[in-house]
Amino acid sequence: MTESTRIKLKMMNQLAARTFAYALLAVTAMFATSVAGAEESGEMQSAQTNVSNVTSLQRGARTYFNYCSGCHSIKYMNYARLAADLQLSEAEVLKSFAFTGARIGDQVISNMPADSSQQWFGKTPPDLSLEARAKSPDWIYNYLRSFYVDPTSTVGWNNTVFPNASMPNPLWELQGVQTAHMARADGEVHVEKLEVTSPGKQSSAQFDETARDLTAFLQYVGEPAALQRESVGVWVILFLVVFTFLAWLLKHEYWKDIH
Amino acid sequence: MANFFSNIAGWVNERAPSMMPVYRKHMTEYYAPKNFNFWYYFGVLAMVVLVNQIVTGIFLTMFYKPGAATAFDSVEYIMRDVEWGWLIRYMHSTGASMFFLVIYLHMFRGLLYGSYKKPRELVWLLGMLIFLALMAEGFLGYVLPWGNMSFWGAKVIISLFGAIPWIGDTLVQWIMGDYNPADATLNRFFALHVVALPLVLLLLVVLHIFALHEVGSNNPDGVEIKKKKDARGIPLDGIAFHPYYTLHDLVGIGFFLIICAFIIFYQPTVGGWFLEYDNFIPANNLVTPAEIKPVWYFTPFYAILRVIPSKGLGVFAMAASIILLFLMPWLDRGAVKSIRYRGRGYKIALTLFTITFVLFGAIGAGKSAEWIPEIFGPTADVSGIEMHFGWLLLAIYFGFFLFLWVYTHFGYEKTKPVPERVTTHD
Repeated sequence: MTESTRIKLKMMNQLAARTFAYALLAVTAMFATSVAGAEESGEMQSAQTNVSNVTSLQRGARTYFNYCSGCHSIKYMNYARLAADLQLSEAEVLKSFAFTGARIGDQVISNMPADSSQQWFGKTPPDLSLEARAKSPDWIYNYLRSFYVDPTSTVGWNNTVFPNASMPNPLWELQGVQTAHMARADGEVHVEKLEVTSPGKQSSAQFDETARDLTAFLQYVGEPAALQRESVGVWVILFLVVFTFLAWLLKHEYWKDIH
Repeated sequence: MANFFSNIAGWVNERAPSMMPVYRKHMTEYYAPKNFNFWYYFGVLAMVVLVNQIVTGIFLTMFYKPGAATAFDSVEYIMRDVEWGWLIRYMHSTGASMFFLVIYLHMFRGLLYGSYKKPRELVWLLGMLIFLALMAEGFLGYVLPWGNMSFWGAKVIISLFGAIPWIGDTLVQWIMGDYNPADATLNRFFALHVVALPLVLLLLVVLHIFALHEVGSNNPDGVEIKKKKDARGIPLDGIAFHPYYTLHDLVGIGFFLIICAFIIFYQPTVGGWFLEYDNFIPANNLVTPAEIKPVWYFTPFYAILRVIPSKGLGVFAMAASIILLFLMPWLDRGAVKSIRYRGRGYKIALTLFTITFVLFGAIGAGKSAEWIPEIFGPTADVSGIEMHFGWLLLAIYFGFFLFLWVYTHFGYEKTKPVPERVTTHD
C-alpha cells in the first residue's frame, strides 16, 4: 500500500465515522426535542418509576387492589402471573388481592356490573391493562395527583390533567382533599394551583411515593415482558458486539488481498 | 468431514450441473467495485430485514387471530402469554420501521451516485416497484393489531381511493367489504399481508438482484468498472462478491443488529414513533384519536395530502410525488453519475430535496403543532402557517424534478472530469 492510498484510506474512514456520528446526533436531537416538547406542553412531572424494583411493584399492587380494582379490571393479567412476577406466593396473592373470590388462574376482573357503573358514573370504568402504554406512565402519575374538589361537576371532583373526568378521586383518604386556586387569563378561567386544604393519611411526599408505586404497577401491567426484556437485552447486545468484532477481524484478514 | 461435504456437492452437481454456475455468477464470480462506502450497506440490510419479517411473521401467524373481535386480544396474548412472543412481535414491529429506514437510505444512495442511470434503469424501476409493494405491505400490517390508530388509519387511507372519479365510493366499499373498516377488511388485509404481498415482494427482490447482476453495481465514483478488464476478463477494480463483500457486509449487519437490539430490548416503541400510543387502545369506531396520523415512514407523503386543501388534488400530488421518482432515469439527462463529479446545481438541489422530504415527514407526523407556536408565539395560526410553508416545500419537492430535467437537458450542468478508475476504497 502506498503512502497516498494510506492517507486516503484514513480520510475515508474518518468521513464514514463522521457521517455515522452526525446521523446519531440527528436522531438524538430528534428525541431530545420531542421529550422537551412533552414536558413543556402540560408541565407534567416525570413519574420516575422503576419497574425492576419489585417492592415498588408490590406496594403499587396493594394500592391498586385496595383502591382501584373495585371498579377497574386488568383483564390481560391473571393472579398467577402477578404472584410469579411480584415474587409473592400464590396464597399471599389470593389472600391480599383476590377480593372477588377469584381463583389463582383467573383474570383480574372487577366485580362492578357494567350497566350499573354506566348509571353511576355515566361511563363504565375502563380496563387499565394498557393504560400506561396508551397514556404514558407520566400521564398516570400526574393524573393521580391532580384531583381537586369541584362542586360544579357531577361527581364532585375534577382533574387538571384530564378535565371533567368522570372518576371521583379514589385516593382522597391518602392524599387528602385538594382545592383549586382559579385564575383568569385571556378571558378564560383556569386552575392556577392546587392546594391540600384537608390533609389525608399521608404527607405530600408519601403520597407522591404511593402514586409513583401505583404508576409503576400499571406500567408493569401494561408490559409484563419489560422485566424479561431488559435483563435479556444486555446479553444479546454483548453477543452481537463480540460477533461483530470477530466478523470485522475476519473481514480485515481477507481484505488484506485488496489493494 | 471436508470430504463428506465435497462428496455432497459432487452428488448434487452430477444431477443438476447448472446450479453451480448460477452460484458462481451471483457470488464468487460476481465482481463488485472495490470502493463501496457506508451507503452501500443498505441493500443487504434490506435483505436481512426482509428475512427477519418473513421468519418472525410466520411465528406471529401461529398465534395471531384475524377478526375484529379477536385480533387485539391475540396480540396482547402474544405479548404476555406466548413464550418469547413479545420478542417475536417487537422484532417484527421494529423490523417494519427499520425496513423503511434502510430502504429510504438505499434510495438516497441511488440519488447520490446516480445508480438509476443507464444501464441501470431497470434496476431502479424494479426497486421502485419494491418500494410500492413495501408501502402496501406496511400499511396492511399496521391495520392487523386492530388498535384505534389501525382502525382510523385504515379508514383515512382507504378513503383516499374515494378521490378517483366515478368509481371512487364503490371502490372504497369494495376494498373494505363493508361501510367502515371492519371484520371483513381485517381478514382480507391479513390474507394480503401474509400471502399475496410477500410473494410479490420476494419475486421483485429476485428480479431486482438479477437485473443488477446483469449490468453490475455502480459505485461512489460512478465509474463503469467493466470498461477496464484484465487478461482474464475480470474488471480491474472489481472484487469477488464472495468472500470479500459477504464478509464486509457481515460487519455492517453486525452493527445494524446492535442498533436493532437496542431498540427491541430497551426502546421498542421509540417514544411512539415505531409503535404508536393510540394503538394500545382497541379499535373503536366511535372514538377518534386526538390526531390521526400514519406511522413515521408514511408521514412525508401524508404531509403532501395535509397541506393541499382539496382531497382530489392532494391525492393526485401524492401519487405524482412517487411516480416522478420512477421517472428519475429519464428526467436526469446528465452523463456524470456520482455527486462527487456533478455540478454544484445538483448538489444544492439534492440537499434541498432531502431537507424537504424530512420536513414533510415532520409535518405529516404533526410536529408543526409543536414547532409553530414555539417559533411564532402561542397565538400563531398553526394550520395556516403549516399550509403556506407546505406549499413552499411542495414547490421545492416538485421543483427538484423540473430543475433536474432543465439543468441536464439543456446542458447547464458543469461537471468535473470523471476518473478512469475508482479512486478510493476502505
